[in-house]
Amino acid sequence: MKSKFQISLISLALLMLTLSLPALAALGGDVTSVHEDQAQMKGTLKTTQAAAYTVHEIKASAGTVVKEYVSPAGKVFAITWHGQFIPNMQQLLGTYYQQFADAAATQREAHVGRRALSIQHPGLVVQNGGHMRSYFGKAYVPTMLPQGVTADEIQ
Amino acid sequence: MRSLLILFVVGALGFLTACGGGGSTPVGVPQPPVAGQNIQPITVDGGPLGNYSNGAFVSVNICVPGSTTCQTIDHVLVDTGSFGLRLLGSAVTISLPVPTDGNGNTLNNCIQFLDNSFLWGNVAQADIKIAGEVASATSVQLIATPAPPPTGYLIPPGCTGTNEDTQATLGANGILGVGPEPFDCGFGCDPVQNGGGTPPAVYYFCSSSTGCGNPTFVSCGTVCGDTAANFQVTNPVFNFTGDNNGVILELPAVTSTAATLSGSLIFGIGTQSNNALGSAAVLLLDNNDSISTAFSGQTLNSSFIDSGSNGLFFPNGIESNFPGGNIPICTTNTSFYCPATLTAFSATNESGSTNSSVNFSVDNADNLLSQNPTDFVFVNLAGPQGSGACSTTNTGACTFDWGLPFFYGRNVFTAIRGATEPTGVPAGPFFAY
Repeated sequence: MKSKFQISLISLALLMLTLSLPALAALGGDVTSVHEDQAQMKGTLKTTQAAAYTVHEIKASAGTVVKEYVSPAGKVFAITWHGQFIPNMQQLLGTYYQQFADAAATQREAHVGRRALSIQHPGLVVQNGGHMRSYFGKAYVPTMLPQGVTADEIQ
Repeated sequence: MRSLLILFVVGALGFLTACGGGGSTPVGVPQPPVAGQNIQPITVDGGPLGNYSNGAFVSVNICVPGSTTCQTIDHVLVDTGSFGLRLLGSAVTISLPVPTDGNGNTLNNCIQFLDNSFLWGNVAQADIKIAGEVASATSVQLIATPAPPPTGYLIPPGCTGTNEDTQATLGANGILGVGPEPFDCGFGCDPVQNGGGTPPAVYYFCSSSTGCGNPTFVSCGTVCGDTAANFQVTNPVFNFTGDNNGVILELPAVTSTAATLSGSLIFGIGTQSNNALGSAAVLLLDNNDSISTAFSGQTLNSSFIDSGSNGLFFPNGIESNFPGGNIPICTTNTSFYCPATLTAFSATNESGSTNSSVNFSVDNADNLLSQNPTDFVFVNLAGPQGSGACSTTNTGACTFDWGLPFFYGRNVFTAIRGATEPTGVPAGPFFAY
């Protein structure tokens, strides 16, 4: 398990920068939306820098970890989660929530029954798995992946 | 932190009708369990509306605690992937007592599912009777659609998605969660275990006059190191007086499809002559109730066995005998795989020194479902859960979900964490088969 205290100087600077910005949306939204989510989840925030993106990791007090992937352009292009509870999808998916909700409803109505969720649309991918008290998933916008970033490295 | 004071409002003491609905168990006569009293029939029959594939259903008798006011609810889904009994409020005709905070607010429960659906409704207490076993005054969830104000209250915003509050959306009259944990939330919702923290969006106090407050902690009792009484929705098996350390699901083998299937839900592990572990492979569970499954060169270390999943679900993009490693996804039933032909696979379930290989096949789900419209048993139904190679950066692709098809032809044991084990049975939680 990764230490949650690994904060580089750069990411600390980023963190301080973003802390001063107003809050807005979620997936597809600006980096500022991360703080809306953090506030909503009453969580602690850790920021790490990869070559092609920044990861903001929010650890909610209820133990669910949400990571928001932010492109160099400052857009949230992917979100992942794992923990005892499924996070609030409406909040995390923002303007993509309705597309997700519609696709999930279509799958439910096509075939009644409990199972894992997998939505593979050209403009939105959502995967949700696990069982009660242990869930994980991810959502990303394929067209927003920064150059050189593959879907597999998002989690 | 909001203090938690739960009182009882018992509104049903006036009812003293006989136990309804065909329950054959003598009511109010405690009897030690004997062989035969711990067996309840289960069926895979499409559910109450005849549209549910690969769902195992059971009848459950519920009573107002300590009374003979009882009702039998049929077609409750048997689910080793959740914990506690949840019933459609519309199916429950007896009046069960609901815990309150002493200020007129009733306790409510929200459980989210993977597919953006949820179950919402009051926590209520019932004596739960299945076969000859009794779980006294156990918290259950009554799935409901609250009336809007002024007579009711709105579902709080933390509970998002679609409320599966009807037979049509749930596909069942309820869910019997008999998985490897005693409580639906456990430490995560207990006030003592989270001193000063923020409660998760699971339990709420609500009333028609003030609506629902913020989420609240609810104790899970002495098992959670708490002196307050447990009011969390509780795995009924854990509350049985005997045979309370787990369950066995027994279903016969199937080749391809079948209309229906009959089997047994057996209570207790190693407690009776009919529930011995014998030579079953025992897979101890980790802190997340997971085992490891070796599959397609991957070690999927967040795997589990779940009768409430209606297929086998595993990562796509890693299957070497398909182009690009990808099994085609169905065009109609897009949560399932649609290979061109029936395809055989093998995997190995692992925990500690135990290794158990499993052979299974995946068929074209669109063809299976359209060509067998009167069948509800599909052993070769599978679908994606995550994609790509499992790694520390792609943990969503580290799960093999062994759903109900895995149970066909196997006796699958699910042992509950924290239960008292008889001699010769390892400490739970574990799966065994």
